Amino acid sequence: MSGRIGVRKTYKLYVDGDFPRSESGRTYPALDHRGEVIARVAAATRKDLRGAVRAARRAQPSWAARTGYNRGQIIYRIAEMVEDRAAVFAAQVRMAGVAAAKARREVFRSIDRLVWYAGWADKYQQVIGNLNPVAGPFFNISVPEPTGVVGVIAPEAPALLGLVSRLAPVIVSGNTAVVLASERWPAPSVVLAEAMATADLPGGVVNILTGPRSGMAPYLASHLDVNGIDAYGADEDMLAGLEEAAAAGVKRVVGPPEGRIAWMDDRTAQSPYAIAAFTEIKTVWHPKGL
Amino acid sequence: MTFLGLPIGLAPMSAKAPATVLPTSPVLGPSVTPKVIESYLRAVPPVDEVGAAERAAALSTRSVKRESKLAALDLAVRMCDLTTLEGRDTPGKIVQLASKAARPDPTDPTIPPAAALCVYPNLVPHAVRALAGSGVGVASVATYFPSGQAPLEVKLAEAAWAASEGADEIDMVIDRGAFLAGDCLKVYEEIAAVGEACRPACLKVILETGELGGFDNVRRASMLAMAAGADFIKTSTGKVSPAATLPVTLVMLEAIRDFYAASGRAVGIKPAGGISTAKQAVRYLVMLSETLGAAWLTPSRFRFGASSLLNDLLMQIRWVREGRYQSPDYFTED
Repeated sequence: MSGRIGVRKTYKLYVDGDFPRSESGRTYPALDHRGEVIARVAAATRKDLRGAVRAARRAQPSWAARTGYNRGQIIYRIAEMVEDRAAVFAAQVRMAGVAAAKARREVFRSIDRLVWYAGWADKYQQVIGNLNPVAGPFFNISVPEPTGVVGVIAPEAPALLGLVSRLAPVIVSGNTAVVLASERWPAPSVVLAEAMATADLPGGVVNILTGPRSGMAPYLASHLDVNGIDAYGADEDMLAGLEEAAAAGVKRVVGPPEGRIAWMDDRTAQSPYAIAAFTEIKTVWHPKGL
Repeated sequence: MTFLGLPIGLAPMSAKAPATVLPTSPVLGPSVTPKVIESYLRAVPPVDEVGAAERAAALSTRSVKRESKLAALDLAVRMCDLTTLEGRDTPGKIVQLASKAARPDPTDPTIPPAAALCVYPNLVPHAVRALAGSGVGVASVATYFPSGQAPLEVKLAEAAWAASEGADEIDMVIDRGAFLAGDCLKVYEEIAAVGEACRPACLKVILETGELGGFDNVRRASMLAMAAGADFIKTSTGKVSPAATLPVTLVMLEAIRDFYAASGRAVGIKPAGGISTAKQAVRYLVMLSETLGAAWLTPSRFRFGASSLLNDLLMQIRWVREGRYQSPDYFTED
């Protein structure tokens, strides 16, 4: 028996490209499916949320100003980084009680989903935008533009695939995101943040907060500088509260569909409409000349 | 007590130490000569830089919440000198800012007006017209702002013109070149002459602390400006970095305290430049209250020179009242 004591990782938040602790200094225990503590994870508060929204707002214009091609490259790079650490991700996913083979499949599906959305970065405008027929000497063009800062309340499970499936379509169009990670299984989200930080993703484009979501979600929904909420991770009660709080700022809330979501099914769990959900259509009239 | 045959101990040292006896009002007596100024400034004690920085840092950890925070934010709005000092300022922009100063939040009548609108001399007539009857003052920078490098006649003419056009307050810059070259008499005379020329307007003297090279000089310049008749001393033009900081403001506050103790004249202070958040503003108010007391917590003795601070104050007030984080999208820019 060697007397070596294992070096445990400190799981921190991901805000503005950095990995800070919560301003409160608090943590909470992340358990595995057997109820054993695997790590202590930062417990973010509404002040951390406020900071994350500020970072996301600051990062948004330049992220949206990049070419779609460049955003696609960066999201593809995230996929590369996840592939590189696939074994680490699989181990984290297994903590939730997922069998080894299934955990590996979830990781690979997450990577493929990132690549799939990366490909849409310079194509979704062509599908969602349009040259509209009008009765006059005008070009009438509709183009989608990113909504702005979007809050993502990630599904509790599957922690990795659920987060990737909801986050990728948000940022691909030029939105920036503030993510409330799975509270029950936070570890994969933190590891994903580490992959993002090494993937050329500019600081502030994705901000990931771990901790009690009931303390943060109402402030996220009522925050007037957040333009939309993806609430796939909210249960029915939470969703009603979010919609009410979001009403003051006329903020879009996208809730989960009825019934179980087949996250592994590419035909239903990934769609260009998920990108369209957080874009705004700008229509321009332009004279054709005589 | 002796050491190596020499007498040591506190008694003989303190007997030799310069007595900090400042002349009473009129501060420097009837005839001001270079010698009088020199001995006046020599009596100004040096500044403990590390101490000032630590004191400022310690005071800025104080937490101000709820009712106290609302009261502080309300006071800070009333202390704002809403400022625009750009080459591209137009009469239209002045009219816009004037309405912002008079009603900072058009949707909320409980928000008080700002203290003053601070503009270039050229735009004083427009500001005076736009603010007539609003209770908001018009402040004008003068004396060849921001450099102050012009002949005295030019400076006097500029300040007198702005005052005659209706400016209630004149923000003059000191001649930093003369001060750094040691010609303190020139600085003194200029301040006194500008004060004379723009009477009865309130005279604010900008020291431009970022160019004075050290806290000792800031303290000396403060004492000099107050002796010459400044109603306010102001940290910066906002055109030089570093502008207002907490430690440099603390040094000036202490100079005001010393001057008040010696002469009985209460001088105001205006930190300007670099104060853009409500949190910073509240820190200044805490320091002000701790150094000079509640008598200075009024717009007639304390101002913030700022352009973007006002909106952050409004956002913070609404956050405290409504409990939801605010967005700049809901507040007017000018």
